[in-house]
Amino acid sequence: MADKLAIQADSLKKIYGKDNTEIVAMKDATMDVAYGEIVALLGPSGSGKSTFLTAVGLINPPTSGQIKIGGQLVLNGSQPMVNLKYFRKKYLGFVFQKSNLIPFLSARENVQIALEINGYSPQDSSKRALEIMNELAIGDRADNFPSMLSGGQQQRVSICRALSNEPDVILADEPTAALDSHLGRQVMELFRDISHKRGTAVIVVTHDQRSLDVFDTVYEMEDGVIKLRQEIS
Amino acid sequence: MNLAIKDIRHNLGRFVLTAIGIGMLLMIVMGMGGIYRGISDDATLLIDNIGADIWIVQHNTRGPFAELSRIPQNLVYRAMVIPGVATARSFVQHTIQRQNNIGKQLRMTIVGLDWPIDKGEWVVLESGRILNQNHYEMIADTSLGLNLGEKIKLGKNTYTVVGITSSMISSGGDGIGFFTIQDALDIQLDKTGEAVRLDRVSRSNRVKKNDLGLKQPNLIELASQKSSQLPGLARPEISSVILKLKPGANLKQVENIIEGWKDVSIFTSNGERQLLLKGTVEKVRKQIGLFRILLTIISAIIMALILYTLTLEKLHSIALLKLIGASNWVVLKLILQEALILGVSGYCIAYILGKKIFPNFPRRVILSNDDLFQLAIIVLIISVISSLLGVWKAMQVTPNEALN
Ligand SMILES: Nc1ncnc2c1ncn2[C@@H]1O[C@H](COP(=O)(O)OP(=O)(O)O)[C@@H](O)[C@H]1O
Ligand SMILES: [Mg+2]
Repeated sequence: MADKLAIQADSLKKIYGKDNTEIVAMKDATMDVAYGEIVALLGPSGSGKSTFLTAVGLINPPTSGQIKIGGQLVLNGSQPMVNLKYFRKKYLGFVFQKSNLIPFLSARENVQIALEINGYSPQDSSKRALEIMNELAIGDRADNFPSMLSGGQQQRVSICRALSNEPDVILADEPTAALDSHLGRQVMELFRDISHKRGTAVIVVTHDQRSLDVFDTVYEMEDGVIKLRQEIS
Repeated sequence: MNLAIKDIRHNLGRFVLTAIGIGMLLMIVMGMGGIYRGISDDATLLIDNIGADIWIVQHNTRGPFAELSRIPQNLVYRAMVIPGVATARSFVQHTIQRQNNIGKQLRMTIVGLDWPIDKGEWVVLESGRILNQNHYEMIADTSLGLNLGEKIKLGKNTYTVVGITSSMISSGGDGIGFFTIQDALDIQLDKTGEAVRLDRVSRSNRVKKNDLGLKQPNLIELASQKSSQLPGLARPEISSVILKLKPGANLKQVENIIEGWKDVSIFTSNGERQLLLKGTVEKVRKQIGLFRILLTIISAIIMALILYTLTLEKLHSIALLKLIGASNWVVLKLILQEALILGVSGYCIAYILGKKIFPNFPRRVILSNDDLFQLAIIVLIISVISSLLGVWKAMQVTPNEALN
């Protein structure tokens, strides 16, 4: 399973602004991730990690370079080759540093809404949402609002939401930054299990050096360039 | 899942307060319309109920409601013999403002009925009875605050309230008291004993200085008698003569005959209505109408601000929804539905509050179905328009902003 490529990012470059206010956020970012592979992306602050992740996430197209998802070319430079919104909805799941839940929806509804947007009926969505939450051991807080949940619990709900429509790719930007190291490790292990069990390609941007053993591959980014650091096979 | 309802549920307290605020504003808009309806309805109620086909008034006046009209009482007899006329009645109306028994100001429009042809049968009574005798009885509108059986002194006489009616209000907004013509004129022309005495003395003096008085000394004697016993003095004048036609009589024909008389003008019942609505009530209508428009605009602006703020608060959630693939329609629906729910609950609160509060107003506030329906449509339009600003802002949001 690990042979087929879920993500192929080839020579991505991103320039913010124009002329004298130009910032080169990403110079040369290349990375392949297979289905069922979990990858860590390390690097100092401002090195372009988030820029890379949002480019691959089809939120923030690169200035040049190519992005293929599931073997299909989706971005040729900043030029979309497919309907990005549809592609995002169908194939991608996001987890962020902040939990990013909708404050006026309960934990369960936060997961449910993602499913409804993906075309599930309200009943199915509600049922599935609870199933996923039980799977991630957060089902007992299903009816709580985000403000009543701890940071770790909120992050779990975010992960449930990202998983709910069974995406091929999960992109996580510093998902454990707000958690203590113990909880942080739990979340990382959760990602690994999901990746290996479901065959999902996972990219996790992290600073946490202690959890690196969880990952199949570790990359490092510096000044907009991605380098392979180690491959654990 | 209905996001609008979820959002409202989460901020229920604040939403309810906002809806009450909007509701009170809309209640005033609703009330403004109701006040106008009340004023025009009250102004024409007497004309509608008195059962007259033609009003004869002083030449070239628009009386007796829109302006003062004075015609001699004997006009009744002239009118009565016109072919096609069933009844001709005298009509008197004037407004007084006096201290009543307990020293409270009593402002009342006095309407004189031509007893016994007209005993006030057409007045809708809430309690009591119509006028049974030619003197010292009255029917009072509830707004005058008089009770059945209460006695009030007006001029030299005391009158007993024998009947109570409601919504009988002059175009000036004063409650009407119904009296016989005799009593109405007495109240209007009341003079103190001293004034009457001085009047008689000056009359005798005028006769004494006149040739006629010198030649016929018994005239001097006559001049100091009661004015009603003097054949040379005209009887007090009335406001109008009202005619009811026989069934099948030709209105145009009767009008033509009276129009031939050079001393009076005539109006049909509908003509009188229009005089009131176009004259007295017109300015009030415009005044209230303009206020209503202003208030509607203010409500729209306030609603727009509220909805804009509600949207601003949700921008992050909206960006997030877009990030997980929600279409613009999902976002649009959220804002639009919230606007409509706010508008509709505001309207319902306005209606419920209005129904409770308006009956306590000194003048009638009539919520007609047409007006209510019109306002409902306006509220829906306001809700949609005022959410546009929020919708526009929400459409600008990119999924990127969920990451900040
Ligand atoms: N929207 C933006 N406009 C301009 N510059 C940006 C923008 N986003 C990021 N940058 C810049 O691009 C560089 C890389 O940022 P980022 O990808 O967020 O790095 P990291 O996630 O590794 O901390 C930084 O210098 C940052 O200031
Ligand atoms: Mg970053």
